[in-house]
Order: sequence, then C-alpha cells, then structure tokens
Amino acid sequence: MKTFKLGGIHPSEYKLSAEVATVAAPLPAQAVFPLSQHIGAPAKPIVAKGDYVKVGQMIAEAGGFVSAPIFSSVSGTVVKVDSAIDATGYRKPSIIIKVEGDEWDSSINRSDQLELLSSHQKLTSEEIISAVKNCGVVGMGGACFPTHVKLSPPPGSKAEFVIINGVECEPYITSDYRLMMEHADEILVGVQLLMKAAKVDKAFIGIEENKPKAIELLTERAKDYAEIDVVPLKQKYPQGGEKQLVNAVVGRFVPAPPAIPVSVGAIVQNVGTAFAVYQAVMKHKPLFERYVTVTGKKIKHPANFLVRMGTPMSQLIDACGGMPEGENKLLAGGPMMGKALTSVDVPICKGTNSVTVLSGKDARRKEPQPCIRCAKCVSVCPMGLEPFLLATLSSLKEWDAVEKECITSCIECGSCMYTCPAHRPLLDNIRMGKSTVMGMIRARNNKNKK
Amino acid sequence: MNFVIIAVIVLGAIGLVSAVVLFVTSQKFAVREDPRIKDVAEVLPQANCGGCGFAGCSGFADACVKSADKGSLDGMLCPVGGQKVMNEVASILGMSSSDSVAKIAVVRCNGTCENRPRTAIYDGLKKCSAINACGAGETACGYGCLGCGDCVDACMFNAIHINPSTMIPEVDEDKCVACGACSKACPRHIIEIRLKGEEKRICVDCVNQDKGPVAMKACSVSCIACGKCKKVCEYDAVSIDGNVAYIDASKCTQCGKCVEACPRHAIDSVSLSSKCLNEEVNKL
Repeated sequence: MKTFKLGGIHPSEYKLSAEVATVAAPLPAQAVFPLSQHIGAPAKPIVAKGDYVKVGQMIAEAGGFVSAPIFSSVSGTVVKVDSAIDATGYRKPSIIIKVEGDEWDSSINRSDQLELLSSHQKLTSEEIISAVKNCGVVGMGGACFPTHVKLSPPPGSKAEFVIINGVECEPYITSDYRLMMEHADEILVGVQLLMKAAKVDKAFIGIEENKPKAIELLTERAKDYAEIDVVPLKQKYPQGGEKQLVNAVVGRFVPAPPAIPVSVGAIVQNVGTAFAVYQAVMKHKPLFERYVTVTGKKIKHPANFLVRMGTPMSQLIDACGGMPEGENKLLAGGPMMGKALTSVDVPICKGTNSVTVLSGKDARRKEPQPCIRCAKCVSVCPMGLEPFLLATLSSLKEWDAVEKECITSCIECGSCMYTCPAHRPLLDNIRMGKSTVMGMIRARNNKNKK
Repeated sequence: MNFVIIAVIVLGAIGLVSAVVLFVTSQKFAVREDPRIKDVAEVLPQANCGGCGFAGCSGFADACVKSADKGSLDGMLCPVGGQKVMNEVASILGMSSSDSVAKIAVVRCNGTCENRPRTAIYDGLKKCSAINACGAGETACGYGCLGCGDCVDACMFNAIHINPSTMIPEVDEDKCVACGACSKACPRHIIEIRLKGEEKRICVDCVNQDKGPVAMKACSVSCIACGKCKKVCEYDAVSIDGNVAYIDASKCTQCGKCVEACPRHAIDSVSLSSKCLNEEVNKL
C-alpha cells in the first residue's frame, strides 16, 4: 500500500464520531460572518444595518482575485456590520445577522436528485470556474484557499491530474469520512467537474486504510467513472498535507517554495471541496453550510453536523451534551493542527472542519526539558527539515541562517513537537521564525520590484 | 655552505619584491578616512545600540561628520550620551550643537492582573511575539501588554523590567536612554518614546482600539473613547483616533484636568518632581 516517503508519525486515532450519522444543526438565533474566512483579501460587505437577507444571498463580495464572496446561511435582518471575535482570537470585521425564519433564495435547487455531468455536456471549463468563483467556494480542508485560483494554474505550469484528498489524517475528525459515506455520488460528479475545469483526464481519490468502508463504497461507485481511481493509502500523519499526498499517490516530490503541487502537475482538492463544487455548479447553491465534527474524549455525544456557517461553537457543544467540567482546551480543527480558541462564541467558518475539546491533562502542555539531541524530530519531519536546529536558530533570531535551512518549507504539521521526548516548544519557535522570514522575503521582493 | 647563501639570497629577493609590491599597493589603494570620524567616535559611548538610527557608533560618527560638512548638526542625537556628548561632538567638528529634549520610553498599558481579568490560559512559548501571533493572549484585550518581556530582552541598558506583581513592564527613569529598542521589540506597539517632561508627565495608559462596551469588559482601566478628556482640555492636546485617546506631549501643559475628568482612570500623571524629592528625602 502506498504512502509518502519522508518522516511521518502515528498518533492515536480517537475517531469517536465515525459511525454517527450526520444531522442538521439547529438554526442559531444570531449568525456571525467574519469578512476574512479565506486566504487573500477580505471580502467587502454589500449589506447594511437593517437589510433583510435570504438564505444563499451574497452579503459580501470578493475583495480581489485571491478572495471569495461570502453568502448568508440564514434569513433575517442585518443587526450590524461590526467587529466580532473570530478564530484568530482577535476581533475582526464581521456581518451579524438576526435569524428570522428560514427563507431560501429562489435560485437554489433544493432537490436531492443527483445531477450527472452527462446531462450537462455543454458546460465549459470557464463556466465551471466562474460558477465556483461566484459561489465563494474555497478549500474545505482548513486552509481556505480560493478554489477558482487553484483551478487557474500560473503560466508555465500545466496540470496533469487532480488528486482528491479523502485522507483525513488528523485524529478525532470524521467530517470528511461522513461526507464520503453519505454523498459519494455527488463527490464523484464534483471530481468530474474539477477535472473538466482543470482540463485534465485523470483523477485519484486518496483515502487512508483506517476508513475501509469509505474505500469500498467509493471504489464501487467509481466503477462507472473510468477516469477516477480510488487509491487506498497506508495510515500515516500528515498524509493530508498536499505535498505529502502528491508524493504518496503519484510518487512525485514537490520542490521547496515557491513551487506548489501544480509545478509537478497535480491539483489537490479536498473531498469537501469536490462536494461544494458539485453543489455550486449543479444546484446553484453557494457555500454557506458545511460538515463539522464536534468531538472530544469527555464530550458526552460526539457527533457530526451539517452546520450553517456563522453558528457559534457554543451551540454545537451544547447540542452534544455541553462543555465538560474542569479545565478544557477548545480547538477549531483537530489536536495536531487545530487552533486553540479563547472564546466559545467563535462562529463556524468555511474552514472549520471540527470543534475538538481536550479535557483534563490533555488540555495542558507538559513542562519543556532540555534537548537531549535524540534527533527524533529530524526523523519524523515530513519535509526533511531539522526542526531542533530551526527552533534554536529562530529563538536566537538568526533569520538569515533559518532562511538558508529552508524554514519556509515547514508545513507546521506539528510532528516534531508530538514526537519530542523533552516536550520542547519546537513548532512555536519555528512558526515565529517562519513568519519573520516570510515577511523578510516579501519586503525584499517588493524592493526588487521597485 | 653554498646552500645557506643561496637560501639567504632567494628569500631576501622574495622579501624585497614583496615589500615593493606591498608598498605600491598600499599607496595606490589606500582608503583615506576623515580623521574627524575617529575623533568623534572616541567621544561616543560605544554602546553600539543603534538608538540613533545608524549602524553602531562608528556609523553615527560618519553621519555626524557628513552632516557637519553640510552646515549643521540638526537632528543628530546620541540618545545614550545625550546633550553632553553632542556638545563634545559639536566642539570637535567646530559647530554649535542644537538643543535636544530628553525623551523616555513610556509603557502605555496599565492592564495589571487586578485591572484586567484572565479569560484563558496560555502555556506555549513564553514570548510576546509568539503569543501575539496566535491570539489575543490570556485576557480579552487584544491590544494590551502580554507580559512576557520581549522589551526586557531587547533593552541593552537594563532599564526596563517586568513588575512581578502587575506583570507590566516598568521603565527606570534614570537608566532609560530612549534608544527605542523596546518599542521596536513590542509586537503590540505599546511602548512609546515620549518627551520626558520636567515636573510631570501625563499620558493615556491604554491603546485598546475596541469600541467602548467591548473595551470596558476587557479591562477596568481601558480607554473607551468617551471624549471627556478632549472636551476638558484647553490646549487642544488630546486627540481621539481609532477609539482611543492620545495626548500630544508637545502641546500638553500638565494642567491635569483630563486626569480628573477620565471616568476610567486611564490617564496617568507621573509626578517627576515628587519622585526627585522623595529620593532627596531618602538621601537625607
């Protein structure tokens, strides 16, 4: 069975909610839409206080080419366009809507009937990309990179195949798995649409071996689609990283930045994105709801929800039996790459695939000890870096040296910190160094342009 | 015997040729440095702190000489040496030095453990820049001091320390040379290099740009931009920008009316003369 070559770790799975069927989350009383839910320029609000909006109505337009519009997930009145706390922990410009009823925009096709590509043969690549762009579809794996940008490769690089990410290597999270189990046909049509948009004639769906039912189901349904292959992968974290996935599925290495997967001919998209593309193109349904796992060892009923964006996390946690007693750590995402939050009122955004609650001793880090030079961090780094060196150099502010050591290649997967027997804050230091070096590179490029 | 003579002659010849080559190159490629640069550098403190804005003391000396050639020393100030050193520099360069005003680093946050309740626990890397990158920190204020001492690490004069009871840095008035290193190191730009003042110094000790109700919840001494200080000021020294008040030190007359008017006790008046008096009393 295939997997990526360099490094990797095997954290315990804890897929507590894997066999819990998805239910629609209750409508919130008030929905909050941060204007910056994607990578790139923040969206610009096009509604004002007092406006009535319907479900699926655009409330903020894209702020540039690398940006995405935002759609209301509820019907109701705009309370204010103000700042609200988001996943970054800071107050960011947001649109706040008071929910009244559930009136959908009439252009959305709400039927469950499967629309096949064969009945829409006239669709062109440009039409698909513009539908994706106009429906605000972004990468649903967590990074939220606008999908229409990914489907328009930079000049000089040519896509050869699409790789669909159904790996879900993060512990605890099961939202992609539930989506594959419940909407396999829609995902396959979405993959066809992605292939047509990217003008390629081959697609692979990578799924880890710990999801045998999903592999079986998708392999069987994909029999009708000769150009789509389901690739079972050996379980290893961080296989869901796009560079690791390209290496695992087709064996090619993506070079160091600024190279991206399309430099070696691959366009990587999440299964959630494929589903969102299907809904955008075939059902004219903009991106305003998504699959979210709410989980944690102490959560009474870990579950999967179809959530309207803008719903506060506190409401989902309450629906699962409430916040456990004692000290808890709330994460947007999984325990490896998730972001720790300081408030339960943070809304679900386009990239929130999971709400994870770590309780008791899991909530705290262990006291760091001196480095014992065991080099475990070096052996697990999936990018072939030397984490102990990068962390030390970053803490000494040796920015030129860390740049030479390829700090910008780091994908911040956290494998080094997971495996460190001395519990050193390796990734904290590396992240600090990486952001400083990225800033230096940007400043240098701007200077050269002038 | 022959070998010795040959060796002496060969080595002597090589030495002679090399000496000639070295002499010629040293004459031809000699770098002639203005002797005044060395003289100026000698009177500078040699702390190489960069507080003047140039790369170390020799860079500053070079800039002083160039500036003097243009006719004035305006704008050139060594924050460490202060007026005394600048007078010496001016006398070396045969100029009259321009008067400078003393400045000092001011920490514009009073979010102590008592004033600003903790809403979360952070247990990652204990560095302000690391906390700032990953969220608002342990309190609900996304603008205030993070208390991990990036400013303390940056200070080369041992002039700033975290007070362990408040977890807010305090500046030592006597040691601070206003080089600005702490101000640059602070990821939240809380530390301002301000006019030192003679008797009193009045400053808004808050940089929270959130709107009133939000700022009010986060901290008991936050500025809520109510504008009372602006109304009461007779000298147009107070401006309100981005939901936070700011006092222009060059216009402020230290009348203290804004300090009394502030309903949040966010404006701090530091009485410098009383501090000096206390010190004198202690000496007695």
